[in-house]
Amino acid sequence: MSTATVTSFSNKALTARYGRAIQRDPRWLRAGLIGVALLYLAVLVLLPLVLVFTAALAKGITACWHAITDPAALDAVRLTLFISFASVSMNMVFGVAAAWAITKFQFRAKGLLITLIDLPFSVSPVVSGLIFVLLFGAQGWFGPWLQAHNVRIIFAWPAILLATTFVTFPFVARELIPLMHAQGSDEEQAAITLGASGWQTFRHVTFPNIRWGLIYALILCNARAMGEFGAVSVVSGHVRGQTETIPLHVEALYNEYSSAAAFSVASLLALFAFATLGMKVLTERHLSRNTGNRQFSTDQTFRSLE
Amino acid sequence: MRTPTSIHLRNIHKQFGSFIALNDVSLNIPSGQLAAILGPSGSGKTTLLRIIAGLETQNTGSLCFDTEDLTNTSPCDRHVGFVFQHYALFRHMTVLENIGFGLKVRRRKLGLSKKDIRDRALRLLTTVYLEGLENRLPQELSGGQRQRVALARALAIEPKVLLLDEPFGALDAKVRKELRRWLRIFHEQMGITTVFVTHDQDEALEIADQIVVMNHGRIEQAGAPAEVFERPASIFVEEFLGISDISQPIDRLTGPVAVPDQMEFPGALEVRA
Repeated sequence: MSTATVTSFSNKALTARYGRAIQRDPRWLRAGLIGVALLYLAVLVLLPLVLVFTAALAKGITACWHAITDPAALDAVRLTLFISFASVSMNMVFGVAAAWAITKFQFRAKGLLITLIDLPFSVSPVVSGLIFVLLFGAQGWFGPWLQAHNVRIIFAWPAILLATTFVTFPFVARELIPLMHAQGSDEEQAAITLGASGWQTFRHVTFPNIRWGLIYALILCNARAMGEFGAVSVVSGHVRGQTETIPLHVEALYNEYSSAAAFSVASLLALFAFATLGMKVLTERHLSRNTGNRQFSTDQTFRSLE
Repeated sequence: MRTPTSIHLRNIHKQFGSFIALNDVSLNIPSGQLAAILGPSGSGKTTLLRIIAGLETQNTGSLCFDTEDLTNTSPCDRHVGFVFQHYALFRHMTVLENIGFGLKVRRRKLGLSKKDIRDRALRLLTTVYLEGLENRLPQELSGGQRQRVALARALAIEPKVLLLDEPFGALDAKVRKELRRWLRIFHEQMGITTVFVTHDQDEALEIADQIVVMNHGRIEQAGAPAEVFERPASIFVEEFLGISDISQPIDRLTGPVAVPDQMEFPGALEVRA
């Protein structure tokens, strides 16, 4: 309620200052800009999405259902869910640790660490996959040792997990660093002077403050992990029923000219994406409410300074 | 009541990179005193306070509370009440949870039940004249109210010493004046050895028992307000104290003063959630 009052106040202030200028824009310009944006979205996002579902149902709903409940497809779903769950968990631990280290401590290699975190975003996923082949493949650095000890990484699920985790690891740290940076470490210092241990400080002070940002990051990370194709394709070996994730299974079906089945499985992936999107919207709503409060408190501090 | 703790700093040296924040600082703060560390920004006063709390570690030198050497004691074991300049209240906790935090994290060690903590927090809330606000979030309080929550939170752990970093810095002039008088009264009631940092000479002269004037990481002069004011030890001290507009003689606190619940907070935005 308090937030709403303040928002309406600042909106009023904004309208007073800029309102007339905005309203003076000719109507055709507004309509044109909105139209271009909508058309762009329709052609690039909406149309393909509609096509996925139409193509999936091209041979009827029964065929679609059969494609999805095919044992190979179910295996792919199971593998995808396992891989995304595992990689998101690993990235959560890494991301929180990295963001904590970067924002709360001063150390020499900080710049390097920040750059390295961004690396997966700038490297093509195919290259990321190849890195793991070069490391763990039969001819790779650790290949002979792994073979001697009967450990399979490449062309098995561990490689898929590694590749997915690598490609998605910037999400959590990237989301948390600005958030934790803005919050500073005053509250943590206060907790320590009050006698809290490191773990208690994290559990009772840091974590509740980053909770929603973390959930948001995990959702983004999960969306990317489920859909990852390039890196996984290089390391998986495409063994149906064993090392095929949903995107790989879709590709395999498509290459076998069973396009209705391919699109059926693809529509399943699209449904997962919708679910993720829904969660993202809910989290964003919560985040903006929190941010609103934060702005409100700054606003208040500002007033008391005047 | 136990005897208040005295603080002894010996030859403290602190360097950040090539910047010398504290240069061979030695200082004694007797038991039960209200001491003000006064100086311009960058003079090392906050660093000194943070070293006492253990939030910074000195490069060389030692620190004792009474006879206990704290040089290697971590901040969470020093039993120091620290009030941060911007209060650093836990934004997701209510006022009551904020005040009870220090007791909650040591609940087992102290053998307290949840009810004990609640009762003690409520009692402290009354002490700082904030009854009825226990379920508010920090963002729903005015600056002066947040200040007092921070103070209550620091006092909840029954600290050996109370440290305040620019306690009135973020408040407007009127609230500042009232709160500092109240702090003086409060200090006399609680009897805890208290150190506060300020750059406002009037503030230091008005309420402190001892004033420590700092400049460029060194102590220029330490002594009673009258002594520092009448016999400044260096040109710096004279000039620093002279900057203030002293149209009246030093206004030492006597007689009753307003308690905070009767105060006005003209600059603060009161919000009823």
